[in-house]
Amino acid sequence: MANPLMVMYDEEFKQINAVMEKLLREANSKVIFLVDKNGQLISGVGETERFDTTSLASLTAGNIAATGGLAKLIGEKEFSILFHEGEKDNLHISIVAGRVILVVLFDARSSLGLVRLRVKKASEELATIFDGLMHKAEEKEKSGESDFPFAEITDDDIDNLFS
Amino acid sequence: MSFINYASREINCKIVYYGPGLCGKTTNLQHIYQKTAPESKGKMISLATETERTLFFDFLPLALGEIRGFKTRFHLYTVPGQVFYDASRKLILKGVDGVVFVVDSQEERMDANIESLDNLRNNLEEQGYDLDKLPFVIQYNKRDLSNLVSVEELRREINLTKVPDFEACASSGEGVFETLKAVAKLILIDLKKGR
Repeated sequence: MANPLMVMYDEEFKQINAVMEKLLREANSKVIFLVDKNGQLISGVGETERFDTTSLASLTAGNIAATGGLAKLIGEKEFSILFHEGEKDNLHISIVAGRVILVVLFDARSSLGLVRLRVKKASEELATIFDGLMHKAEEKEKSGESDFPFAEITDDDIDNLFS
Repeated sequence: MSFINYASREINCKIVYYGPGLCGKTTNLQHIYQKTAPESKGKMISLATETERTLFFDFLPLALGEIRGFKTRFHLYTVPGQVFYDASRKLILKGVDGVVFVVDSQEERMDANIESLDNLRNNLEEQGYDLDKLPFVIQYNKRDLSNLVSVEELRREINLTKVPDFEACASSGEGVFETLKAVAKLILIDLKKGR
């Protein structure tokens, strides 16, 4: 397999959410999402119920993938920050630790400068958490510790999904 | 790359529908969307041109139910089939867990089918995947039309590795869910083996 399985545990999930909640307050933003590069939503804080978060995650990843393709065409590794300005709301999209995407939605109550500043700090914290998470997943795999929920599924379990 | 979230007890997998232009990839997703209960599906997104040709991708999130207390979610994507959108196709294959190759069964599209299948294999290799090791199913679409290549010949020409294959007519929905179930099942079996 080209990519290892991505795993998220309770402990890291709480840490990540704490960083995101802090960023939400400090950047004076409306909502913040964390998305993996394949388009799967990892977490969201703020006014998340107002948005179709699944679609948002998939389109964000598509957006990052497309601009990443553009970057390579002109000889850049990636564009690590994207900014979309709307009439009321703006999107600040950035790549964290080369593997996840941080999306901050904000309006006139905040500013691009403030968001950039706070995102930079939060990104470092998130990068540390994700490094730890990767390490933990590798360790668990090496030690053969299996709390993997699918290791013991039966054909019946799978068939039942489609009944 | 499946994403297992122990915190929200979810597992997410990505399925990509691949195939030549106008073979019916988007139609497959539209049928699934129409026939799925509202609580099991999200919004379908189509990034298409004004003439309804897929420009970047279609996206449909599906929730299939629970296995051992974990919600299983499948994210269905299509690629743009037209030859010149190759850069976009490569992007969509990133992180793929399973592939459906949709074949246009009309005689005059045989070359396009074979070219698209080669393109799929090459684009996967570029990303470090081997098509022969991925959950992979083939759908012979448009079986309702008249100028058809026989299934035997399609098998000989396209299904070289003898993966599960299905006859379908995506516009009426025939064979659409059978195809989806087959690839979803292969992905789950693959996940089980993976550990």
